[in-house]
Amino acid sequence: MSMVGTRVIRKEDPNLITGRGLFTDDVSIMGTTIMAFVRSTEAHADIVSVDLAEARALPGVLVVITVDDLETQELPGAFMRTVLAKDRVRFVGEPIAVVVAEDRYIAADAVELVQVTYRPLPLVITPVEALAVGAPLVQEALGTNVCFEVPWPQEQIDQVDRAFEAAPRQASTTFHSQRVHPVPMEPSAILADWGPDKLTVWASTQMPHGLRNCLSSFLGVPQHQCRVIQPDVGGGFGAKVQQYPELFLAPILSKRLGRPVKYVQTRTECFAIMCSGRDQHHEIDVAFDDDGHILGLRSLIHADLGAYPDLPNSFGMPTLTNWMSSGCYKIPAIVAGYKCVLTNKTPQSAYRGAGRPEASFLAERVVDLIADETGIDPAEVRLRNFIPTDEFPYKVPHAEVYYDSGNYPLSLHEALRLCDYENLKVERDRRNADASEKLMGIGFSTWVEIAAFGPRGALEGFGHIGSYESAQVKIQPDGTAIIATGASPHGQGTHTTLAMIAADELHMSIDNITVRSGDTDTTPQGVGTMGSRTAAIAGEATKQASIKVFQNACKIAAHMLEANPDDLECVDGLFQVKGVPSKTIPWSQVGWAGLSPTLLPDDIPAGCLESTVFAEPTGFTYPAGAYVCVVGIDRDTGHVEVEKFYSVDDCGTVINPLLAEGQVQGGIIQGIAQALFEEMVWDSAGQPLTTTLMDYLAPAASDVPSIIDGRTNTPTPHNSLGAKGIGESGTIGSTPAVVNAVVNALAQYGVKNIAMPISPQRVWRILNQAQGA
Amino acid sequence: MIPPKFDYVKARSADEALAALAEHGEDAKLLAGGHSLIPLLKLRLSSPSVLIDIGEIADLSYINDGGTHIAIGAATTHRTVAHSELLRAQVPLLAHATGQVGDPQVRNRGTIGGSIAHGDPASDQPAVLVAIDAVLVARSATGSQREIPAGEFFRSFLETALAPDEMLVEIRVPKIPGAGWSFQKFNRRAQDWAIVGVAAVLDGTSAGIGLVNMGGTPVRAKATEEALAGGASPAEAAAHAADGTDPPSDLNADPDYRCHLARVLVGRALHEARS
Ligand SMILES: Cc1cc2nc3c(=O)[nH]c(=O)nc-3n(C[C@H](O)[C@H](O)[C@H](O)COP(=O)(O)OP(=O)(O)OC[C@H]3O[C@@H](n4cnc5c(N)ncnc54)[C@H](O)[C@@H]3O)c2cc1C
Repeated sequence: MSMVGTRVIRKEDPNLITGRGLFTDDVSIMGTTIMAFVRSTEAHADIVSVDLAEARALPGVLVVITVDDLETQELPGAFMRTVLAKDRVRFVGEPIAVVVAEDRYIAADAVELVQVTYRPLPLVITPVEALAVGAPLVQEALGTNVCFEVPWPQEQIDQVDRAFEAAPRQASTTFHSQRVHPVPMEPSAILADWGPDKLTVWASTQMPHGLRNCLSSFLGVPQHQCRVIQPDVGGGFGAKVQQYPELFLAPILSKRLGRPVKYVQTRTECFAIMCSGRDQHHEIDVAFDDDGHILGLRSLIHADLGAYPDLPNSFGMPTLTNWMSSGCYKIPAIVAGYKCVLTNKTPQSAYRGAGRPEASFLAERVVDLIADETGIDPAEVRLRNFIPTDEFPYKVPHAEVYYDSGNYPLSLHEALRLCDYENLKVERDRRNADASEKLMGIGFSTWVEIAAFGPRGALEGFGHIGSYESAQVKIQPDGTAIIATGASPHGQGTHTTLAMIAADELHMSIDNITVRSGDTDTTPQGVGTMGSRTAAIAGEATKQASIKVFQNACKIAAHMLEANPDDLECVDGLFQVKGVPSKTIPWSQVGWAGLSPTLLPDDIPAGCLESTVFAEPTGFTYPAGAYVCVVGIDRDTGHVEVEKFYSVDDCGTVINPLLAEGQVQGGIIQGIAQALFEEMVWDSAGQPLTTTLMDYLAPAASDVPSIIDGRTNTPTPHNSLGAKGIGESGTIGSTPAVVNAVVNALAQYGVKNIAMPISPQRVWRILNQAQGA
Repeated sequence: MIPPKFDYVKARSADEALAALAEHGEDAKLLAGGHSLIPLLKLRLSSPSVLIDIGEIADLSYINDGGTHIAIGAATTHRTVAHSELLRAQVPLLAHATGQVGDPQVRNRGTIGGSIAHGDPASDQPAVLVAIDAVLVARSATGSQREIPAGEFFRSFLETALAPDEMLVEIRVPKIPGAGWSFQKFNRRAQDWAIVGVAAVLDGTSAGIGLVNMGGTPVRAKATEEALAGGASPAEAAAHAADGTDPPSDLNADPDYRCHLARVLVGRALHEARS
């Protein structure tokens, strides 16, 4: 029986749930020292002086340095940023000095003894402020706060203008996908040990190979002497792809001290300096006809990148938004462009969904706007505008983007069936007419995203070495298998996924397969786990490597059975001539023979039961789905509750439904969180106000609904598994469904748009004003 | 998230704790469940040089029948209070409200005495005690013991009537088995403090209504209580719930919205307490 498609329990779990996980902070080496940062308390200021004397004099303090003590000062992978602030600080939390001490307590005390004097400067917190004439400049040398721009191309402008002129109706609106912040259970962590012959780094990262390559060139240490180990990682969500100062300072200081140096971020620091996500402001015009057909779209984005964009990820986020801004709709004319704006805030970069949640928000809110304007049911407007199922591969009009495959009406019809839409509408109208009931709203999101990064060149543009992923399958002498992959999972359950794929191709029990990842010395070069790429690409690499190994295994078994390899099959780990179960050779004998040359046929070399494959996909994949959200709103308090959430995902072939559901549920909850709960807030002086989990409202289990899920399967042609990727879908699809539902519930009060997060106070204001009017 | 240096004293009895408090004076802080104090230490917002741990003192953890009242030891955990059969029967409002504090981890360690002594107007139990006219018993190392009515205990934000050498030892709550009651807690996430909360007891037209997070201290909704006593309907009375309050402003709510919530929640509380 095939493993792929079955609900296999995670191989990772027994360790994690019995407390035997090994996270960076759990790694202890004798003599380890602790690193801590002195961070800016000002959002924009000249550094007048930094007095390190008292901190240096504290017993137990080993070293205290500023940027002046560093040979190489520029932070790799960041825009105009030094490893520690040089002369000027540009956001609250920016590291100014670094302390290493014997323990965590001394380090924290020493941080308090460093005296920094500032000369405060005027600052900018929003793109509107940053773009005002005469605005203070975040980077004076740049001469502007616009650090990158993709203007509207002229031919697209003309085309869209013509579409708008011919269109019977048009509408304009603005959206803000507000700043949200990753909340991995484990914040950033690193342990660096620079010994006499090599540098070893344990890091809570999403891409050990990328980090190794970067450290090696920054520190001038050859790659064979630079080893990055990714132990268990407590979540990344895109924020552990970036190059942070601590990743370079820990090795530098380890070398200087001749001792291991460890840094473990606190939650408050995590809010202050880990890259946050979203923060795009959209200006949208849409042209349509009386039947709800979309005829043209103009989109202009202002992306607020904070003080130091992460290069080139931060600049790339709005590119992805632009690519996907037509959603799953056939829109004949589109013009899309953006400006990246610097502000005195924490850097912004990739966060689960990375540019696509903003796109799905745009597209899904626009369709609802048209439904509202034309009075046509939002489900019907969607059906009228979907890219027809027979038009794949489909090229969007405004970019070199080719949707691989899809069946959008199928997903929506399935969602309508799941939620029993006709009855839901009756229920909604009844409740909304009865003042003793909570208001009710139904919201849709029929979203599409871009995943499985990617075909050749896709990630190279983002600074990665390649876009492939790797897997190495090695049969051991006892016939069991160890698989080493360049993918670097951090909670996704990839070891289980890859073992399932290998088990099918090797015809071996999954219990006889171990997957290893996250060690640059022992796994093949990899790119990393991000961009919903691992199942599609590392999965494909595992599959192809397993197939090669199995072919050789058949040759060995055939030699032992004195049969033709083509006549063999392998059933439950036993090789036999097809249909002849009386004489079998177990995997254990084949494995032994593979490494015992006297048992091999002459033309088969020892070691033939090992294979390494770098899988290169032929294109991006485009997972899609249809979500329906039902909200109830307390008429007196304005409190919004998600009463029901229906999800129909189409990620092509599902390898493990259990893991896919986990990804979808977590993702949907993150999307609901953006709609209703979470926002990073800074005051006008640039002080972050949401730096603890008391103020930053990441929801818990009791605050979110259970999710009723369905599925359709439209495989991708870009890998032989047909898998599209599922890691970010929920986050990308769910936010607009919630907002559409709230707007739907409040439509009777004339509401057409509402800002996120939709706090009870915000809703109460609307209800209160409506009653006053 | 790393506290400054402190010395730690583990007290085995109330007397030991009081002696230590007298010895170390204002530099010392009592440590009960630690669920308010430890976060302050970790954020370096408080830096006592000595912590006197009273969390495991047996003679401070009890729930006893005192005749007309129930006596609760200050170091009794929220969980014990919430699950007490005696309290559920005699002062169900307190048991129920305590069950709404934070999440199970918080309730397993946090104590009623810590919650009261901390004096946070956003906490649940202080408003309950104010509503039911509880009495707080404080003791000092000199052996003097005084009884402070809950209404006089909370002075201003995080300030109470306790002197630096005093410890809260007991909370006395009147038995009110027959009274109608309601506890309304409005928040955005289940484990959070209330944005606004209401603790109400109702006996005929006599009401005690405590408001959570509507000022620097837990306050009584006096105007509503008086309106009810004067024969107003619950709806009429609830309209006065925010009169005379001075609610705070934060990311969740501005004063206007808090006043509105107080009126809505008091209305709901009176409705529930009557039925
Ligand atoms: C995540 C989280 C959520 C929470 N949610 C809520 C909530 O929803 N509602 C709510 O009401 N509370 C909430 N709390 C607070 C919780 O109830 C605390 O436990 C309580 O406020 C303090 O009790 P403690 O025993 O932990 O006191 P500690 O933290 O140990 O002490 C608090 C203060 O009181 C002093 N103190 C303690 N005991 C005495 C005594 N006997 N005499 C004199 N002084 C004393 C200490 O010196 C200290 O200053 C929450 C806490 C957390 C961490």
